[in-house]
Amino acid sequence: MTRSSFEDDTSPGPIPACAGVGLRATHYRDVLENSPDMGWFEVHPENYMGDGGPPHRYLTAIRERYPLSMHGVGLSIAGQERPDPAHLQRLRELLHRYEPGLFSEHLAWSSAGTQFLNDLLPVPYDDGTLARVVEHIDAVQSFLGRQLLLENPATYLRFSDDVLTEIEFLGTVAQRSGCGLLLDVNNVHVSAVNHGFDAANYIDSFPVGHVGEIHIAGHTTDEGESSATLLIDSHNRRVAEPVWQLLARALARTGPLPVLVEWDSELPAWEVLADEARRADELLAGLHDFSSGELALAH
Amino acid sequence: MSASKISTAGVAGALALAISGAALTTQTAHAADMEKCYGVSEAGKNDCAAGPGTTCAGSSVIDWQGNAWKLVPAGTCESIEVEGGRTGSLKALDRDLP
Amino acid sequence: MRTEWQNDFAAALRNPDATLPPGIRDGRGAPRARRFAVYRNNHFVSLIDALADAYPVVQRLVGDEFFRAMAKVFVATNAPRSPVMLEYGAGFAEFLDEFEPVAQLPYLADVARLEWAWLSSYHAADADGIDATSLTVLLPTQVDVLQLQFHPAAQLVCSRWPILSIWEANVVDEGDGQIKPDAGPESVLLNRPRESVDVRRLPPGGGAFIQQLMNGLNLAAAAALATKARSDFDLPGNLQGLLESGAVIGFSVPGNGATRENCDTGV
Repeated sequence: MTRSSFEDDTSPGPIPACAGVGLRATHYRDVLENSPDMGWFEVHPENYMGDGGPPHRYLTAIRERYPLSMHGVGLSIAGQERPDPAHLQRLRELLHRYEPGLFSEHLAWSSAGTQFLNDLLPVPYDDGTLARVVEHIDAVQSFLGRQLLLENPATYLRFSDDVLTEIEFLGTVAQRSGCGLLLDVNNVHVSAVNHGFDAANYIDSFPVGHVGEIHIAGHTTDEGESSATLLIDSHNRRVAEPVWQLLARALARTGPLPVLVEWDSELPAWEVLADEARRADELLAGLHDFSSGELALAH
Repeated sequence: MSASKISTAGVAGALALAISGAALTTQTAHAADMEKCYGVSEAGKNDCAAGPGTTCAGSSVIDWQGNAWKLVPAGTCESIEVEGGRTGSLKALDRDLP
Repeated sequence: MRTEWQNDFAAALRNPDATLPPGIRDGRGAPRARRFAVYRNNHFVSLIDALADAYPVVQRLVGDEFFRAMAKVFVATNAPRSPVMLEYGAGFAEFLDEFEPVAQLPYLADVARLEWAWLSSYHAADADGIDATSLTVLLPTQVDVLQLQFHPAAQLVCSRWPILSIWEANVVDEGDGQIKPDAGPESVLLNRPRESVDVRRLPPGGGAFIQQLMNGLNLAAAAALATKARSDFDLPGNLQGLLESGAVIGFSVPGNGATRENCDTGV
């Protein structure tokens, strides 16, 4: 698949440039019974790969009322093997059934041989990995017939073999495969602290022309490590202040985009999640005022 | 329904009885179903989060094939009485050293 | 880097005794082992959590600490083979059959079978049970050779132990966990006729009867085998319960070429 096949398809489609939240079963009732004012929802397709039953019924009902995005965790895009054909087939059926406005995956691997390791594992940023990731994204986009957004990872380790920066790596992958990028601002902060780079510089040099969606989430500080602060991408609390600041910085470069609040464990009451989304919407609204009122300042 | 009654009525008769009984009771639980089930199961869920904190939780070795297994079941199993009058008199399994 | 470096990384991830894979660094001088442990932790803890989500009653029966230690042994010997976590944990009952530290809890594996059957029923394809009155068109000779088609969500679990009583007493937080000592063997039919999974305790011989029907035996043959297994087998009562459960979604009469599914009343 060449870039030209997808270059007209980097717009968010039916996902509006406002805040959405990750949808978990805990909140089905809040959403279906109260129809809260929420821009859109995102789910992990793997949680809807059963043949039938209540999960599909609830997702169908929610899809009828709200824009839906799908964020995969199982393709092992940066794995040594090509993405599993059986998993791709199930994914294609699910994308056909729910027609989500956006589909994204991670720059990570999670399968080796016949084993699925259920974690988003890191890769060296070298030429071999680059070629393999581009090849795998080509295969996925061809099979699914749509563009994929690739997310920058939160990492705890790096590799001696790194020859490219993460930004160079992601930008080249997007250029060569025609995929879009998902900028996870919390991941930028987590990796920046863990590896000692400047998160603001990262945001400032990210290839924003490819970005179709932004993620924010909460993280925790690991108490066990005394020699240097270690942040864990835990998605179990409110978004931290430095991450809100990075979001504002990123939006100033990208302009209005869909912004997702992720919260995957120790799930809060619906109102807390809605409150996080409201804060993201306020940032987006300020951006809108800025761009319409002081257009001359835009670069 | 006794066994002798089945043999005289035959399978067809039994089915007829079953149908008449079932027809009376099938149209019951509908409306409450959806509500009952909300959020009942996200078992084995996928997500993209990392476990917080405990970097050591995956690093300890638990080897039940050696003599390291000293844990005792400590839940509600102790209140279950099974055949032969055994109740949950539970203690760590004694094993010979390898 | 060799293409197969991920095999080494995965092996080290799954074996806490293994040395760290080559070529990794932490970026700022912290101990690499601690960084690698984050991934190892995510692997084990997320899979132990998946088992805990799938087997809440087994967890309650043995307690959290014991369950998580036991689940870790299962995870160490049974990596997932699919990226779909709702499929992870099949085979836990067979693991418990062989796991010596729970040999004193002989019912535990069957309780795990019941929990897995519940999840399988929950995620199975949707289908509608037949209207029982659609069977009234059959002649008596046709009833004898009648074969039934089962709902994808229909699951049968037969046990020597009172597994459903144990399950009921532990599946909700309010359950007291107390089991009547005289509760005997229990067989359970699960189905999901609409939204929720319906769990039924079967009458005597019911497990054998439904098992034979699921195997494809006709009604007369299944009834004969069930009566042989239990002289107090009640055919009308068992059939009525089966039809009410919605677990029958179609039927066929061999030789007649007639297969009817989901016949509506009056059609």
